[in-house]
Amino acid sequence: MYKLSIDNLNELFALIGQDSKVYAPIERAGQVEFFLWSVEEKVRLDALNTVKSAKGFFFPQTEVLYKTKLEGKKIEIEAAEDAEEPTVYFGVRACDVKSFDVLDKVFLSEPVDSYYAAKRKHGTIVSMACSKPADTCFCGLFGIDATSPAGDVVTWIVGDTLYWDSKTEKGEALTVKVKELLVDADDVEVKKQQTEVKEMIAKAPLHDLSLEGFGGDALDELFNSPKWEALSSACLGCGTCTFVCPTCQCYDIRDYDSGHGVQKFRCWDSCMYSDFTMMAHGNNRTTQLQRFRQRFMHKLVYFPANNDGDFSCVGCGRCLQKCPQSLNIVKVIKALGGKKND
Amino acid sequence: MQKLRDEIVAKCKALLEDGTVDRVIGWEKGLFDYDCSPATFTKENIDELVYNEYCGSNLSKYLVKESKAEGNVAVLLKPCDTYSLNELLLEHRVKKEKIFVLGIPCGGMKDEKGELLMKCNTCKGNEHKIADEVMDSDLTVPEARDRFELVEKLDGMTPEERFAFWQGELSKCIRCNACRNVCPACTCLKCVFDNHASGIDSKANADSFEEKMFHIIRAFHVAGRCTDCGECSRVCPQGIPLHLFNRKYIKEINELYGEYQAGETEDSRPPLANFTKEDAEPSVIYEKGRD
Amino acid sequence: MTKKEDVLIPKLGVVTDIRRDTPDVKTFRVNAPEGGKVFEHMPGQCAMLSIPGVGEAMFSITSSPTNKEFMEFSIKKCGCVTEWLHQMEVGQEILIRGPLGKCFPVETELKGKNLLFVAGGIGIAPLRSVINYVIDNRENYGTVDVVYGARSAEDLVDLKEMQESWSNIDGIDVHLTIDREQEGWDGNVAFVPNYVKDLGFTTDKTVLVCGPPIMIKFTVAGLQEIGFQTNQIYTTMELKMKCGVGKCGRCNIGDKYVCKDGPVFRYDELGELPAEY
Repeated sequence: MYKLSIDNLNELFALIGQDSKVYAPIERAGQVEFFLWSVEEKVRLDALNTVKSAKGFFFPQTEVLYKTKLEGKKIEIEAAEDAEEPTVYFGVRACDVKSFDVLDKVFLSEPVDSYYAAKRKHGTIVSMACSKPADTCFCGLFGIDATSPAGDVVTWIVGDTLYWDSKTEKGEALTVKVKELLVDADDVEVKKQQTEVKEMIAKAPLHDLSLEGFGGDALDELFNSPKWEALSSACLGCGTCTFVCPTCQCYDIRDYDSGHGVQKFRCWDSCMYSDFTMMAHGNNRTTQLQRFRQRFMHKLVYFPANNDGDFSCVGCGRCLQKCPQSLNIVKVIKALGGKKND
Repeated sequence: MQKLRDEIVAKCKALLEDGTVDRVIGWEKGLFDYDCSPATFTKENIDELVYNEYCGSNLSKYLVKESKAEGNVAVLLKPCDTYSLNELLLEHRVKKEKIFVLGIPCGGMKDEKGELLMKCNTCKGNEHKIADEVMDSDLTVPEARDRFELVEKLDGMTPEERFAFWQGELSKCIRCNACRNVCPACTCLKCVFDNHASGIDSKANADSFEEKMFHIIRAFHVAGRCTDCGECSRVCPQGIPLHLFNRKYIKEINELYGEYQAGETEDSRPPLANFTKEDAEPSVIYEKGRD
Repeated sequence: MTKKEDVLIPKLGVVTDIRRDTPDVKTFRVNAPEGGKVFEHMPGQCAMLSIPGVGEAMFSITSSPTNKEFMEFSIKKCGCVTEWLHQMEVGQEILIRGPLGKCFPVETELKGKNLLFVAGGIGIAPLRSVINYVIDNRENYGTVDVVYGARSAEDLVDLKEMQESWSNIDGIDVHLTIDREQEGWDGNVAFVPNYVKDLGFTTDKTVLVCGPPIMIKFTVAGLQEIGFQTNQIYTTMELKMKCGVGKCGRCNIGDKYVCKDGPVFRYDELGELPAEY
């Protein structure tokens, strides 16, 4: 394990930035998001969750798949190039790092999504342990340890010191690159912080949720539950929950006519939208209840059924914070889950 | 407020018992103290209704959906929420005969941090503009600041500064449509941004033009109809001060056509949908737009 | 620049023939620009067709894989992509990607079986691929019955092929029907589900059914009445699809993605899914 003073963060980013792009939590117009770092930006490592999650690193909100042009009877087509620039993502929280596992199961399963795969391959994740979880955090429910995130390099901030521990080959390579800024350290302070934070988590308001009753086997019973009506009745049908969610990965493929050619792009889509399943001759989900149910059934039942019981939620709490009417997955888990949630 | 809440529940129970209404739209407790959700209640669960300083959401838009459902519904509206209902009535979006409006007093609503909601800083006052009955209470709304303060600040900027301000704010937009879907003035059966045939439907901002277009078109579309209820800014996950667009138009309309508050009454003539001989000449508007 | 490859990136196809089948159905023949087929497929599989600036939509491949020269798509006009396709002329290039989805199990479960095909309207499109495949591999299958119906005689797709080619092959019976009486039609008049029941097939057959959802529903109910089991019946589903490879999420029903796990399903498998299709 190594350490450096957080006063030297800009030097660290500059050194990494010599031959990589660096993304970090940066505040602009009052909101913290992962943006491309430059020395003028206001880095906010104290912010717990960015508004949007980290999924956009590898699955951006919009991305051009190919360009094409129709002229009379002729069509030209030109594929977008793969992202091949090495990129370091700094300050990713444990929940967001875990979300990459969920996204990998979708995008890296056959047939591999080459757009996602290229960005993933060239990305190095520097995660950051949480020292002050929010009331809305419940990552522990999914086996995530907020004090010990996954990632290529894991960091902890204790006081004004950043602790640095590489975990993978990519992490080693990054460590070698920034070695001149790092000094050897023991893990005493880190261990102490971890113990303190774990105590905080154990007392957090959502620490005792249970997923009993969810998973692939519960499909019929949960689908037909009469509780969906009350759970979904206030839903506005907006896409806030899906767009801030680190694991929601549904997308649309659309045409953007620039006037001199068409860009075929994909963009985030939301199963909460009425046109999500709309086709020329009809729609198989016509009510908001059906759409609301689909989102949560997918996360808590369908996804686990196809992925060895893993859930498509990481407990980041963004939907708890951002739903305009305060509907969220925890309410669903409490309402439909086993008795342990009472 | 617990006493007021108990009185509201008692009143709702009476309305449900005597058959005046079949359902009540109010708020239910969330996971924490500060995240109450809109909810529909019947005789069976009316005791779960809450009313506290975290009931900021405006329930009037749910009446569009409720008007199409069977039976009658009671709705809890704070003074500012009643403006939205009047506007919906004016536009024939809801059926008044199916609705019992229970006016509830308000002492200002708070966000999750316990701070007064943005919209409450420029409160419209204690008066319910439409109600079948108003609950008694000694609650009184917070003192209002001038709602055009920030608009004037923006007006005072150079065009470049103003553009930079809005560029910075609107580039945060993730096109979640929360502002549109919560807006009581946005009740089109099919929004132009959802209509593939419009040619401008989209779910993501393909470029920086699109992120501005969505909000500016929306602001234009609700101009003269927006009651300044502030829900758009309350729900924006990115904290974009969307209400400033609407207030800019309100200020312009006031200056050009005389003071007008949308939703003040249920039979007003909105200045942009009304002709009077005193209306500003097009040339005045043209000149103003050149500022 | 190295040309990137991805399952989402289409290939070029050229429309080499257009045939009007009914007032709102045309069949399009598609070749690779250099001739031959754009890709190989199996009966029941689909392809995404797109036109820049118009959109992309999923269609079942109507031709049989035994046709080594070209692919065909029978397409009914009902949305913006199909309208565009209907107004194009021979020589038009289009974008095509596939094959997508699972095929009818022609090389496994269906082998050696007596087959009953039931189609309504444009529902013949995916089944025509199977029927011609079966005809070209005649020795691998038992008897073949085709029940096909449409609103009117004009709405029967590929009528000529059925009457002139299929009907003349040993062991193949074609039963045509239309919904209402009309002048010049001396064939059967009945809705497809009723006709299937009236024909009273023996239950030693495997059924492949495709058509409007309501037709499928009543046909299956009728077949069950005369003793068929749901595990003897296959159908192919249509839902909104964008990626075609089980990732974009639109066609997700229960733990299945219709584009990837289907569109061909055995009817008893469908019964296990939430009723959302």
